[in-house]
Amino acid sequence: MKTAFRRVPWLSLGAMALLLGAAALLQMRIDAQASDVAAQKDELLLSSPSAIQKLSLGNEGLLADIYWTRTVQFYGSHLIAHASNYDLLWPLLDVTTTLDPKLIVAYRFGAIFLSEPEAGANRTDLAVKLVKRGIAANPENWHLDSDLAFLYYWRLKDYPDAAATYREASQKPGAPLGLKLMAARVSAMGGSVETSRMIWTEIYDSSKDQTVRNKAAQELELLKVQDDEQRLDAVAAEYQHRFGRLPANAEELRAAGLLRDVPTDPEGYPYVFGSDGKFALDPQSPIEIPVLPPSAEAAPASKYK
Amino acid sequence: MSAMPGVVAVNTFREAVRDRVLYNLVLFALMMIGAAILVGQISLGIERLVIINLGLSAISIFGLVMAVFIGVGLVYKEIEKRTLYTLLAKPIRRSEFLVGKYGGLLLTLLVNTSFMTLGVGVALYYVGRPFVRADAWILVAVYFILLELALVTALALFFSCFSSPMLSALFTLGIYVTGIFASDIRGFGEFTNNEALKTATTVLYYLVPNFHNFNVISAVAHGEAVPVALIWQNTLYAVVYAGVVLIAASAVFSRRNLK
Amino acid sequence: MSAPAIEITGLTKDYPVGFWRKRMRRSLDNLTLQVEEGEVFGFLGPNGAGKTTTLKLLTGLIFPTSGTARVRGRSIDDVRMHRDIGYLPEQPYFYDYLTARELLDYYARFSNYSATERRARVERFLELVGLTSAGNVQLRKFSKGMLQRAGIAQAILHDPPVVFLDEPMSGLDPIGRREVRDIIHDLKRQGRTVFFSTHILSDAEMLCDRVAVLAGGKLQGVGAPNEIVSVEISGMEILFELREGEPLPQALAKAVAIGPRYRLEVPESELYYTLDRLRGCEARILSITPVRPTLEDYFIRIVGREQTAVHAVEGMAR
Repeated sequence: MKTAFRRVPWLSLGAMALLLGAAALLQMRIDAQASDVAAQKDELLLSSPSAIQKLSLGNEGLLADIYWTRTVQFYGSHLIAHASNYDLLWPLLDVTTTLDPKLIVAYRFGAIFLSEPEAGANRTDLAVKLVKRGIAANPENWHLDSDLAFLYYWRLKDYPDAAATYREASQKPGAPLGLKLMAARVSAMGGSVETSRMIWTEIYDSSKDQTVRNKAAQELELLKVQDDEQRLDAVAAEYQHRFGRLPANAEELRAAGLLRDVPTDPEGYPYVFGSDGKFALDPQSPIEIPVLPPSAEAAPASKYK
Repeated sequence: MSAMPGVVAVNTFREAVRDRVLYNLVLFALMMIGAAILVGQISLGIERLVIINLGLSAISIFGLVMAVFIGVGLVYKEIEKRTLYTLLAKPIRRSEFLVGKYGGLLLTLLVNTSFMTLGVGVALYYVGRPFVRADAWILVAVYFILLELALVTALALFFSCFSSPMLSALFTLGIYVTGIFASDIRGFGEFTNNEALKTATTVLYYLVPNFHNFNVISAVAHGEAVPVALIWQNTLYAVVYAGVVLIAASAVFSRRNLK
Repeated sequence: MSAPAIEITGLTKDYPVGFWRKRMRRSLDNLTLQVEEGEVFGFLGPNGAGKTTTLKLLTGLIFPTSGTARVRGRSIDDVRMHRDIGYLPEQPYFYDYLTARELLDYYARFSNYSATERRARVERFLELVGLTSAGNVQLRKFSKGMLQRAGIAQAILHDPPVVFLDEPMSGLDPIGRREVRDIIHDLKRQGRTVFFSTHILSDAEMLCDRVAVLAGGKLQGVGAPNEIVSVEISGMEILFELREGEPLPQALAKAVAIGPRYRLEVPESELYYTLDRLRGCEARILSITPVRPTLEDYFIRIVGREQTAVHAVEGMAR
């Protein structure tokens, strides 16, 4: 029962350290299973970005950063868990960009993942809305126009609007000449693989966000697959033309001198020749061609200003 | 001898009850709950949502104000006013005194929170909606708020042992806010590519009391269930962490020379 | 021979002072003292001498830099020791939102009494200190004197064998002081040990079996009041009247006039020489009295010596 007169309270410190360790362990347990509850927790606030703005008392930038971090964490955690419900993505981005209209990266992120059908919110309308808001707040930034054009092109298959937007983008300060080229290609060739490749390459090169770049790389892979399959089918047709029958596999094409090597997909798996007479991915290949759900909203009438 | 904290606790409670400021706070909170009814009626169909959200938020905020406002003076006032002199001459250990003050304030918060919860219940009833089983989760949300308040009180008590009320309030609120945004802070750290910063923010995350664990207001407002595991995890966390703070407070206070 | 009620050995207290709190101010220096059971012990000294520091050390409000103390055999570290003591601090403060009755009841709960016994005690001690009628008044409305009485009541409510009182007479009118003196007498009659600090020397002389004098943090002397005092040199006081028209002789210039009479104090050795002088001028001698220095003189002499060393070491606002 002796009080320690000015001695270091070793016992107390030891007990505290132990308990803090226990608290940390508990925290890990809580984190592991509380993700669903936490996701809902901001809903009331998220329904009113202007309210948050008022409550932020001048710290909008900081709050915007916080919400941006949450957006990325939200998307990342849902992606890993193969979740299907990305409903909160729009409110999170809405709040983020309301608090900081100049947070370009948020608009660019939203353009891709709000409109993304499988690993995203599948709401191209909201993506368009977001990017247009971004353009209004950042009229000198050609990246945003480029992203809008991407949405018209890739999601809405609205080639006239896409071309016009690329042209608009090309006139903004710092815009690369390539944008004019893309405008021309889109006008002329619509949805060709080559055009799509250009667009995704541009996104890959210009984005600083790793998640977006991963997405672009993935799309480029798919485009390559599409491209490969088209070329292989053409070679197979040539084979048929020469030998009167379809080839059994790619090996025969090589033996006939029509191919130099057995072609492989970007993941290294050789393409297989299906019974339907077309080349396809090896079923064991990790690449998946997404099956697009029917488009939820029709391409809007060209509202290009 | 272990009855000592109880004696101090009851007296602390009595002191709080006789403090008029407390009544104003409770009244204000009840007014907020009343306002929630009005707001809910403006937008049809979501009265329940608004009443629960606003009501529970009010309980949380006012509970926080009370915990800090009274907590930072718990020990400081007694030292300043020297009421402690005669008390510590009695056969009571300093740690028992601290536990008693802590318990007294918790009791006060419990009583006030109960009143305010009752207010929310009355508001829900008034809106005409019959109670459903899902409403039981509201009580869990209130319980979590109480756990949160228990932690905040412990912190305020700790600072009260050596710091003036103003500073104590600042420190306590500072830790509270940090605890609310702890996961965001860690997120920031992971965002950067600085290993040192990542480690620092992760350590901070586990060191700071994570108040965000206790917030289930939104989920409950939607009638969702709270995972049962979370109930005992949060309880344990609050007990463990409050224990840390109380041990620290005891270590500090037991060595303090009273002027 | 029973153990002393209070046993203090080498008790020392340093306070860090200065802006950086690096220098040490010694407010109590190596105090060694014993108080026997049943004694009324007075603790005297000027402001800042270390009296209150000693009491705070004994009651566990502050911790010694070095040294130990025991009360009834238990170290001051031991919380159980507090069962045996009652403490009245200087200028006591209580929870002002409580009534006198509630305060005593609260403190009584720290001892093991049944509810009935507690109630009985509260009433008894309220009456003892004359606060029965004010029992249900909140302490915030009490005068200083009333607070002092409430303080005494809570200090002795649980019949502690040892009672510590810091300036128990302060704030009281003469009647109040008389009552407190009576209470202390009563406590002594009951066989309790009373340790009280005061600067009212007449009270100390009246009440105490022994006194200790503290100045500058150091113990200056311990003993029965008359013992301490008789250490000092005494003198002789002569009262006389001069014959009409006679001037005061040069040799007697130190005499002080009190109306028509004079008073002169001389050391014992000069008594006969002075008497010769007086006879020489035909003065009429009214009285010759040995002067015994009072505690006050002793006190002033001690304090005078320590004056340069005494600073206010306890930061208590007065």
